[in-house]
Amino acid sequence: MEAFEQLYVALDNTTSTNRKVQAMSAYFAKAASSDAAWAVYFLSGRRLKSVVPSSVLRLWLVECSELPTWLVEETYESVGDLAETIALLVSEPDGHRAGAIREVSLTNWVNERIEGLRNTDVYTQNQRVKHWWKSLPYGQCYVVNKLLTGGLRVGVSQALLARSIAQHASLDRAVVLHRLMGDWSPNADFWEQLIAKDEGETLSSRPYPFCLASPLTEPPEALGDVNEWLAEWKWDGVRAQVIRRDGQTYIWSRGEELITERFPEVASAASQLPDGTVLDGEILAWDANGVLPFSALQRRIGRKKVGKKLLTEVPCCLLVYDQMEQGNTDIRQQPMNHRRAVLESTLKRWAQESSDSVAAALPGLRISVQHKVSSWDELHAIRAESRVERVEGLMLKHYSALYETGRKRGLWWKWKVEPYTVDAVLLYAQAGHGRRSNLYTDYTFGVWNDDELVPVAKAYSGLNNDEINTLDKWIRKNTLEKFGPVRAVEKHHVFELAFEGINASTRHKSGIAVRFPRIVRWRHDKSVRDADSLDDVRKLMDPA
Amino acid sequence: MVALLEPKDGGLICKPGGFAIDPWEPAELALITHAHADHARPGSQQYIAADSCVPLLRKRLGEDIDIKGVPFGEPLTFGDTTVSFHPAGHVLGSAQIRVEHQGEVWVFTGDFKRDNDPTAEAFELVPCNTLITEATFALPIYKWESGHAVAQQIFQWWQAMKAEGRPAVLFAYSLGKAQRVLAELMHFTDESVYLHGAVANMTDVYRRQGVPMLPTHPIDLDDKSKDYAGQLIIAPPGASGSAWMRRFKNASTGFCSGWMRVRGNRRRRGYDRGFVLSDHADWPALLKTVEQCGAQQVLTTHGRGDTFVKFLKEQGYVAEELSTRFAGEADVDTGSESRGSA
Repeated sequence: MEAFEQLYVALDNTTSTNRKVQAMSAYFAKAASSDAAWAVYFLSGRRLKSVVPSSVLRLWLVECSELPTWLVEETYESVGDLAETIALLVSEPDGHRAGAIREVSLTNWVNERIEGLRNTDVYTQNQRVKHWWKSLPYGQCYVVNKLLTGGLRVGVSQALLARSIAQHASLDRAVVLHRLMGDWSPNADFWEQLIAKDEGETLSSRPYPFCLASPLTEPPEALGDVNEWLAEWKWDGVRAQVIRRDGQTYIWSRGEELITERFPEVASAASQLPDGTVLDGEILAWDANGVLPFSALQRRIGRKKVGKKLLTEVPCCLLVYDQMEQGNTDIRQQPMNHRRAVLESTLKRWAQESSDSVAAALPGLRISVQHKVSSWDELHAIRAESRVERVEGLMLKHYSALYETGRKRGLWWKWKVEPYTVDAVLLYAQAGHGRRSNLYTDYTFGVWNDDELVPVAKAYSGLNNDEINTLDKWIRKNTLEKFGPVRAVEKHHVFELAFEGINASTRHKSGIAVRFPRIVRWRHDKSVRDADSLDDVRKLMDPA
Repeated sequence: MVALLEPKDGGLICKPGGFAIDPWEPAELALITHAHADHARPGSQQYIAADSCVPLLRKRLGEDIDIKGVPFGEPLTFGDTTVSFHPAGHVLGSAQIRVEHQGEVWVFTGDFKRDNDPTAEAFELVPCNTLITEATFALPIYKWESGHAVAQQIFQWWQAMKAEGRPAVLFAYSLGKAQRVLAELMHFTDESVYLHGAVANMTDVYRRQGVPMLPTHPIDLDDKSKDYAGQLIIAPPGASGSAWMRRFKNASTGFCSGWMRVRGNRRRRGYDRGFVLSDHADWPALLKTVEQCGAQQVLTTHGRGDTFVKFLKEQGYVAEELSTRFAGEADVDTGSESRGSA
């Protein structure tokens, strides 16, 4: 555990990506295989299934610190991170510990000590955890708490992690990224396969790393000849990868979550695909009249088991736009136009061979329509129809583009329509987390409904550091009321917000829900009275 | 109880004494606890401060100010009050101000700390009926290690950077914190340290008062090609991210502040290292001071005043938060000298 804690400190003590890579490679070079596997598990943002709920940990912290509950809560709010709050409150700065704890490996810590809590009663859990808190040096106390409370979050991206493993094992980064995908168990075997020169036997469920697009910031004309570009709608759904291998079907979300059971109509359709097929697309809610708003799809996203009623009300499909594997062969290194042709033939054959009449009426797989044009002007005109078509704009993919690992600028572009904007008033503020802890950075904004300001959006981003600091100070001085961590503030500041879509919502007091709200600018020039009204916002609402 | 010291009319006003303490608007007679910008502001007609504070005030407010220095502990009479200055342990010449009126004693701590600091006169406990205390770090997570221990961490970081052939740039407030680091580092080395101009100015004033510190050199602004690899450089936080920084190629950066106790504060600023070193009282020191001074009433000024007041009330004290313009340890995001102290 000491070595892992030192890795954490090394990663935390630098902002340089090179030094982070060095620190990780050095750790992997020395670590036992099982420890390396667990380190990869945590560094890639994976977390243990909750052992002790954080609300319980907070109670124990009150006991352990011998402070009033409200003060512990207020301290937690100020620090913004429970693992850190615990370590700060219970550890002594000079690090002299009573009843020191025996040093064991990271693997032992996880498998024996933390997992060992699961099969014991609450009293024993309480005694053990409090003993750790009181006996561990600050750094280890913090890291153990991090493992207990969830993610590690130490500023290491998947790409950086893959780079360090690749460097350590002298492998190609894309290979490592691929091997890190999907469902795996952190053990010595996994690590040894991860760094093996030869692939060996691969998991049939393993997805490919998704190819990502960059936002187009220049006029599309700068991309050259329109005939070199594949244009299709940019849909607002859930990015997903469908795998058909070894007679099994897997649906993976972009967050590498297995969502096969959540979308049975997609899974059922995909089970008809030829073996050794992998498709990339967007899951959308789609009924007899076409695509449904994202808010409809949201009703499906959270449900692990889908009832018949919901299945009828919100049928879903995968809108397919790429194919990465054909007949068990990885075709990601083939150009876009080739993959598109393969995809068309796959889905065509599938549609002909499928005899299921329900699937034909409401197919679980649809192919993304290609806009065939001869000039950028035509594409401009098509893009102008985006809102009516309930899409976010266009995707542009170069015909020669390979299916890249991650985001590689230049060959996949998202050309979105301009966002909606409104002027709204700051109503509430809450402290952020992580690097924004103890700064008020989570804001709730409202617009006028008669003489009342009703909340319409929460936004966390869009201000620069100076603005955040200025606003934070103002919030502290102009708080009207505190509701737990939330402060109601003087209605004074107007902000221009942008968002991608607006839908009717029964869950919000305002009756509307907005997609991806963010702050565009602080409107110092506007007074609260100049803010928009709910009617103004409703007028923007997506054509229903 | 009639308030002997009240925040109004641009300062902490003593009506029966006819003076203001650390006024934020010009006053006729200003008693100054210490030379940080949020406590010592320009424009007052006459200043009174502890003897060792006077050269720092002159440096900050101008050589031509009307100022009188007094020895610590010497009683002075203003109107119906008896006033004395007592060491606060915050920075060189920092004082608590004791005010006695008709047998009632009030003490304003100014900024204070109780940890050992070779560059400041040691804090003196002053019994009183009412204590007006700062509450900058009034949360139980704020517990300090000794300056000696932190200096050791700074020294190790400097040596590690030297081994990598990189400059180590340490941001610390130019008055107080920088000199404390320079003095504590003497336990570990006799090497020279490079100073930003603002730090060098204040360090000179400290040296003239006989405070032992490591040898220092000012950064030569004209010598653009000098290689600072392996050197320790101390600069005010305001210099972070400025063009001045460009001369230190591949530098590792560190920041000295009590706020560095919380990871989020350090991450937000993007410093490589955060050293938890403060010239303010930590949570245990605040509690100890309230308890030991024997006050029946405790008033808080800047910082987490509301939290501290609530806690003290639960402990049975009469406590209240005062509204002042003192800034405490300037928030790490402003980092500018004008906004606060260290």
